[in-house]
Amino acid sequence: MKRRLFLTRTAMSSLTALIGTDIVFGALIPNGYTPLLLQDPDPFTLFKKDKDMVVLNDKPWNIEAKAHLLDDDITPNKFMFIRNNGLIPENIDVNTWTLTIDGEAVNAKKTYTLAELKTKFKSYTYQLTLECGGNGRSEFDPPAKGNQWTIGAVSCATWTGVRLRDVLEDAGFTNKAVYIGYHAADVHLSRDPEKEPISRGAPMAKALQDETLIAYKMNGQDIPLAHGYPLRLVAGGWPASVSGKWLQRISVRDRVHDGTKMTGDAYRVPCNPVAPGEKVKDEDMCIIESMPVKSLITYPQSGAMIKEGQKLNIRGHAWAGELEVTKMEYSIDFGATWQNCPIAKPKNRLAWQNFSASIAFPKKGYYEVWARATDANGTSQPMLLPGWNPKGYLNNACHRIAIKVT
Amino acid sequence: MEEHDKFKSQIRSIYRLLATLMLLFGITALAIVYLISDPTLSFFKEPAAVEEYVVTPSEDDFDKIENGIHVRTGFKDAEGLMTVVNNCTNCHSAQLVIQNRMNEERWKATILWMQETQNLWDLGKNEDIIVNYLVTNYPPQNKGRREILRNISWYDLTE
Repeated sequence: MKRRLFLTRTAMSSLTALIGTDIVFGALIPNGYTPLLLQDPDPFTLFKKDKDMVVLNDKPWNIEAKAHLLDDDITPNKFMFIRNNGLIPENIDVNTWTLTIDGEAVNAKKTYTLAELKTKFKSYTYQLTLECGGNGRSEFDPPAKGNQWTIGAVSCATWTGVRLRDVLEDAGFTNKAVYIGYHAADVHLSRDPEKEPISRGAPMAKALQDETLIAYKMNGQDIPLAHGYPLRLVAGGWPASVSGKWLQRISVRDRVHDGTKMTGDAYRVPCNPVAPGEKVKDEDMCIIESMPVKSLITYPQSGAMIKEGQKLNIRGHAWAGELEVTKMEYSIDFGATWQNCPIAKPKNRLAWQNFSASIAFPKKGYYEVWARATDANGTSQPMLLPGWNPKGYLNNACHRIAIKVT
Repeated sequence: MEEHDKFKSQIRSIYRLLATLMLLFGITALAIVYLISDPTLSFFKEPAAVEEYVVTPSEDDFDKIENGIHVRTGFKDAEGLMTVVNNCTNCHSAQLVIQNRMNEERWKATILWMQETQNLWDLGKNEDIIVNYLVTNYPPQNKGRREILRNISWYDLTE
């Protein structure tokens, strides 16, 4: 009921815009009556997403981009993927919103209002790559369970907020601190108030990095509702599930955080490689930390036909979790030969890097342009699917687009 | 003269009649306009508690099947459809089910996981009906280590 009221309040005001026409006899609609349309709202309008974004799931909302939509250096909201584990919180009141720091490894619980966070601590802005751990899941064989992300669950927006480290130091934590775990306002799918849809976190070393933010702005504006308004964690380079949305509480733990989706198959992969489809014991699963090296060709859109003799200009982004991308290559002959192309420095640590190339094709025909990034440790993207794992995480296989020269 | 006065008074009475009719017409028009904007005369009543109505199409339409697809959920129309709809779309949408391709063993493990962690109820005899529907209508497809590019939309690129 509450959800409907919330939707009514937010959507009724823009009802006309939503359906693109005046409601005939609008004044005759009784109070409390919800037109059928609003019970199943258009996510593109609701979340201000581009019409070409792909809805994988509407309960919970999971929406991804396509490669060519991610062409911007800084991802705007309209092209940013949504990965929700539960229901978006209702009735958010920024005037009463607080963040509490608690846990086994703090001396005393401490609570901050939004205004206190914004005034008491220095603010920082970083461009940070957030990629869903399951981005690319749809390619695994045997298929892995969950939302079947293709390539579009990645973004690199600018985030403004205070350093998690500054807040944790102000609150005071002990030398027993091992891990932080977040708790948030989203609602479990079963609406059981005792259950959290997701409560993940990061080891202290990641929590204390300069770029790990408690953010309140995205691309210079209030964070959109679907992306964690009014407060969220942002831990670039790690599975985006570490960057908890609608943040209310951070527990400084004296052990590895054991919240929802920290255990079992969730965001964990076999510690040692396994054969496709193999059963893996719980104790043989390890938590994903830094994301692997990866890249996307964001221009042109796959399917371009060019004339013989015409050069093809390509561009895209590459990123490598905690590391920097140091080499970028492309191939037009399925990996038989590779050509280097320039890769720009990141705007700051943990931001994706831009590459571009101008390609000449030797003769008419069907081609695929494959892109391959290499990180500072010398590790490259595989052309085939990387190691199978039960939930289909960490697919960083090379991206490719189809080209015809006619 | 007398005739002239008589004519004048006739004019006056016709004028009065017309004015009265106009007034009545105006009042009626105002009343109609008000009724359209407030058909329940709520302005004159104590504010009542807001009730919620949800209009759903009639029962026939609600589970309509079109081209072999259950329109409301997107599930394929096959044996066990309504058991799946009634047990598997309360918490999450059907889209989450349809995206996934699993064999019997992994669907059963997924159901057990939902029962242990997600408040899914005991499915009883329905479990076999549901699993059978899923493995029959949404079987795993072999993709190998890398699939060919499919569904390419070709377009002319001139720079």
